[in-house]
Amino acid sequence: MKALLQFSQQHKHISQKGVVNVFKKSKSMTMALILCLAVVTAACGNNNSGSSTNSGNTASNGASSESGSDKKVTINFMHLWPEGVSAGQNKIVNQIITDYQNEHPNVTIKQEVLDNEQYKNKLKVLSASNQLPDVGVTWAAGFLKPYVDGNLFTPVDDLLSGELNGKFVAGTTEAYAIEGKTYALPLEFNIAPIYYNKEIFKKYNLEVPTTYEQFKQVVKTLSDNGVAPIALGNKDRWTGSLWYMYLADRIAGQETVANAIKGTAKFTDPGLQQAASEVQSLVDANAFVKGFNGLSNEEAKSEFTNGNAAMYLMGTWDLPNFTTNEDIPQSFRDSVGFFKFPTVEGGKGNADSWVGGPGVGLFVAENSKVKEEAKAFVQYFVTKWGEQSVTGAGVIPATKIDTSTLQLPQLYIDLFNELNKASSITLFADVQLPANAAETHLNMIQSLFGKAVNPEKFASEQDAAIVKGN
Amino acid sequence: MDKVLSNKKVIALYVLPSLLLILAVVYIPIVLTGYYGLNEWNGIGAMKWVGLDNYAALIKDHAFWSSAGHSLLLAVFSMLSLIIYLVVAMVLAAKLKGANLFRKIYLIPMLLSSVAIAQLWLKIYHPTNGIMNTLLESLGVANPPAWLAETDLVLFALFIPILWQYAGFYILIYYAALKNIPSSLEEAAKIDGASSFQIAYKIKFPLVMEVVKVTIVLAVVGSLKYFDLIYVMTDGGPNGSSEVMASYMYHKAFKAYDFGYGSAVGFFLLIICLVATWIIRKATASKDTIQYS
Repeated sequence: MKALLQFSQQHKHISQKGVVNVFKKSKSMTMALILCLAVVTAACGNNNSGSSTNSGNTASNGASSESGSDKKVTINFMHLWPEGVSAGQNKIVNQIITDYQNEHPNVTIKQEVLDNEQYKNKLKVLSASNQLPDVGVTWAAGFLKPYVDGNLFTPVDDLLSGELNGKFVAGTTEAYAIEGKTYALPLEFNIAPIYYNKEIFKKYNLEVPTTYEQFKQVVKTLSDNGVAPIALGNKDRWTGSLWYMYLADRIAGQETVANAIKGTAKFTDPGLQQAASEVQSLVDANAFVKGFNGLSNEEAKSEFTNGNAAMYLMGTWDLPNFTTNEDIPQSFRDSVGFFKFPTVEGGKGNADSWVGGPGVGLFVAENSKVKEEAKAFVQYFVTKWGEQSVTGAGVIPATKIDTSTLQLPQLYIDLFNELNKASSITLFADVQLPANAAETHLNMIQSLFGKAVNPEKFASEQDAAIVKGN
Repeated sequence: MDKVLSNKKVIALYVLPSLLLILAVVYIPIVLTGYYGLNEWNGIGAMKWVGLDNYAALIKDHAFWSSAGHSLLLAVFSMLSLIIYLVVAMVLAAKLKGANLFRKIYLIPMLLSSVAIAQLWLKIYHPTNGIMNTLLESLGVANPPAWLAETDLVLFALFIPILWQYAGFYILIYYAALKNIPSSLEEAAKIDGASSFQIAYKIKFPLVMEVVKVTIVLAVVGSLKYFDLIYVMTDGGPNGSSEVMASYMYHKAFKAYDFGYGSAVGFFLLIICLVATWIIRKATASKDTIQYS
């Protein structure tokens, strides 16, 4: 043992010497390496600050050079349609930008494209340092509010009263209005119908339900036959919120729902509480797919597209999946129909009242150096987007379109017709509420569906969060 | 050379780059987080100084303490699983046929990214098509649970992939430590008639004790600040039944836009981790380290 130890010590000694020698030789090299590292990190720093100050620089250059229509202007435009994820939208955006630059040779539009979640985070970071792009994408109501409170977005009412007057579907721009001023122009508009699988309905001799009683009968028949009646991915929570919102709308009426969300009425309203207990009785009737509280919306959607579930309540943004998306079998796409959420007997809501709302809209930054040019671009963009987005990306634009001139799948045309008949549109609750209250609402929805809270607690928790007002 | 290395300026030169880096990306943000925790801030507008209000609210926040409980439970489980890892490592370190292959197999989960693991286990746990429930059904279980949707089960269902993910890491550490034990010790014990269990318990275990202590700290602190699989697989749900401290912090800051409160949670998490580390060091500190030679 001793010998071994001695040997190892010797060995250690030798190796130390070796290290020293190597070290001596490579001292200069190590130094060089450190220098390299320093340069690399410094370069990183430079690069970052370079790109972020760049926007300011170019913008101020543009603004400070001589006035007139031929001055060089750069508009920074940040959006969330990367080529990979949203190919259709990306193509349209590029087309619009190219056209605009051709028509306005003095304007250069610089794009920055990010993925949805990254986009939201970057927007926050940029606004904390007051370096928002000249034009960017925002969501409505609750998302918009902190930005407006922070004086970061500029009102675009002058565009609305100008050339764009009357171009938008009623109720869309209002979602972007705070205290009488509109801060963004909507690009999309969605409502949520119940999609259903015609094949499954035919197999069990089911009719499209128009009343809630019929609907419950459909659910019962399907569940008795071992078919999951409704695909729901309530891990995402807003999906379950749609069901509650509709039941609340049909039972308590659109106004009560809207007021409860605004805080002028209470969620403890008997109608709203009845809606909450209806949700739980649907759960008891096995109306939703197994394990819905642990499934994401994507997983639930695949239950529907695989034909495992018969119905699916979702926004019109999923229409391409049921009409034109080649990744989904033709036979399935042909068998998808939709119906309006059924009316509840004795309830105050009617069948033409929808839950939905505008998706994303375009804002112009308050401290943009090229505000006027940016506004002109937004106006151009909104108009062109309206013309191209339905056919190009399957998006229903917030601007009015003439369906008779477009080649569209029947499902789109039917839904457009429903949209024109809509008596009212209630904005998605989680979009409408301020962030903190929205979180409470969504958590309560998941708990309600999971039967972890009773309707009374469901109501009182939300009321408390809405009163807090953040 | 020794002279060069004992020169204070040279020491500073060599230490400085990493010191600056670690200050910029670790310590300064920690201090800032502590400061944000004293404000009411939505991440965009102006901050409002509220003093210790956030921390006072945090102490009374049931949702936070339940998430802290979940984190603690994970820490306990990962500490217990260390025993299994040590046993596995001992088996692998013995000259066993195929040990090398098994060592690599155990290591594979560590090479996968957390998101990939999460996706894999989401498929396994899928309530109707998942391999877990298909298997249970074929074994005659009439109504197997929806693993990620049941509030009583979800936390444990999540622990399995989390522990599985890190098994290879700890086995590797133990394996290396065990390989460092001179074989002469084992041989001497064998000659004296010690059984393999005695060799493992009386000789190998005490000799790797220092490494075990380090892994306990790693496992506990790692569990307390655990985030990724839970974020992808359940996002803390359903009804907050799989929420841990880090995911609670994320939800408060990035979902509810309450950066002040989120920062307070984050700072508290740091303190809890520090306290846990300190307690473990105290509890496992032994006056004399065992040495055989």
